[in-house]
Amino acid sequence: MDEALLRSLTPTVIGILGRRGADFAAAEDAVQEALVEAVRVWPDDPPRDPRAWLVTVAWRKFLDGSRADTSRRRREELVQEEPAPGPGTETDDTLELYFLCAHPSLSPASAVALTLRAVGGLTTRQIAQAYLVPEATMAQRISRAKRTVSDVRFTQHGDVATVLRVLYLVFNEGYSGDVDLAAEAIRLTRQLAASVEHAEVAGLLALMLLHHARRPARTRPDGSLVPLAEQDRSRWDTELVAEGVEVLQAALARDRLGEFQAQAAVAALHADARTAEETDWVQIVEWYDELVRLTGSPVARLNRAVAVGEADGPRAGLAALAELDPSLPRHTAVAAYLHERDGDPVTAARLYAEAARSAHDLPERDHLTRQAARLNAQVRG
Amino acid sequence: MAKYLLLKHYRGAPAAVNDVPMDQWTPDEVLAHVRYMNDFAARLQETGEFVDEQALSPRGTFVRYDGPGRPPVTDGPFAETKDLIAGWMVIDVESHDRALELAGELSAAPGARGEPIHEWLEVRPFLGAPQTITE
Repeated sequence: MDEALLRSLTPTVIGILGRRGADFAAAEDAVQEALVEAVRVWPDDPPRDPRAWLVTVAWRKFLDGSRADTSRRRREELVQEEPAPGPGTETDDTLELYFLCAHPSLSPASAVALTLRAVGGLTTRQIAQAYLVPEATMAQRISRAKRTVSDVRFTQHGDVATVLRVLYLVFNEGYSGDVDLAAEAIRLTRQLAASVEHAEVAGLLALMLLHHARRPARTRPDGSLVPLAEQDRSRWDTELVAEGVEVLQAALARDRLGEFQAQAAVAALHADARTAEETDWVQIVEWYDELVRLTGSPVARLNRAVAVGEADGPRAGLAALAELDPSLPRHTAVAAYLHERDGDPVTAARLYAEAARSAHDLPERDHLTRQAARLNAQVRG
Repeated sequence: MAKYLLLKHYRGAPAAVNDVPMDQWTPDEVLAHVRYMNDFAARLQETGEFVDEQALSPRGTFVRYDGPGRPPVTDGPFAETKDLIAGWMVIDVESHDRALELAGELSAAPGARGEPIHEWLEVRPFLGAPQTITE
């Protein structure tokens, strides 16, 4: 069964039900039920026209569902309004769905869950598994999110930036479960880029592609992290790199710079270096300057300090670091790295151990602990 | 979202404000306490923040490896063990502040005389999933 096709049809079918008079929450429920039925039925009995099948089944589910709370008269009206089945000529409402699911009234986690279900066509169970929570909890999170946006007009255009933040979260903060959230984020961003002309949408897509290209080299078979400088660059996916660079160049040519393009530019410069030593750190510092100017983000300043350490030497990096809040995540790890480069393994080992204690994830903690252990062994001789 | 463990101790946490052992409460006070805990978990399910809860028997056994071919050594339970975990709840919340807020509510569960226990709960963040983009 073509699950990718099934999932890609999800937002279109929700849109069609919406235009036939179903409100978003009911349409989304009906399509979700139709998806579950498709997964059950299609393997043995594949439909000739998957989209028409989904529309028909989802519409029937919607009518079944509305029986409980809608008068018979209203239902008959809806049935009468039902257009003749056949190839639809309607415009696609997918873009509106992106805006609705990323509505600013939603918390980031709710927006992520709703986007994955209504735009991504994932089942509640898959989303729950991806974020390691019980299915009942995820179901509640999604139905609350739907209630929150129930007053939002379906056709209302929102801010692309809110959608991009949600897609970025899906890409960047996904657990590694059965559902490949990074690949899903790329698919959704690609689909968005195809329906809206926007430099930052392209910028985010390029950023994802360039980072995804490194995935084969980023972890060892045992799951431990490989730092960028130590990655086997021959294992980077050259097709993804080429596509990322192309998408980025087209975005930059629009002359509407934004944070995702700037981050993608940094990633592209890394991708461009055949070895870590060939990295153009001077240009990377310049892009971080842009990023700091665009966002004022402390994380961007921290990454800038790392780049300064590479471009102008560890002392310059430490000086840049000294201007930043020491409570920033990864601040101590960066200080440890720069002290080691500055020839002070004792301080570096102490800072690595301290950074390990405040790490936010297990691979990061293990990596920092190994760094501390390596330096301690070196100091002992 | 980030996951937190709300840890409840039999022993080892500082003394609660309303520190009366449960077997000294009236039966209705015990019922009211259990109801409060159930309602609390149900409410978190509705908000989409509930992950898991478990209660533990106090009767634990210490076990350690004792070399190849030998059965593991067991010991305990130790009456004098300083720290004894009673159970936990795992929540998935938007922020650290939200985790503290919920722990505060859980600590307000009624005890003797129907008054809040003001029990000390330990809030521990999980180590989460690594981020993809860190540079």
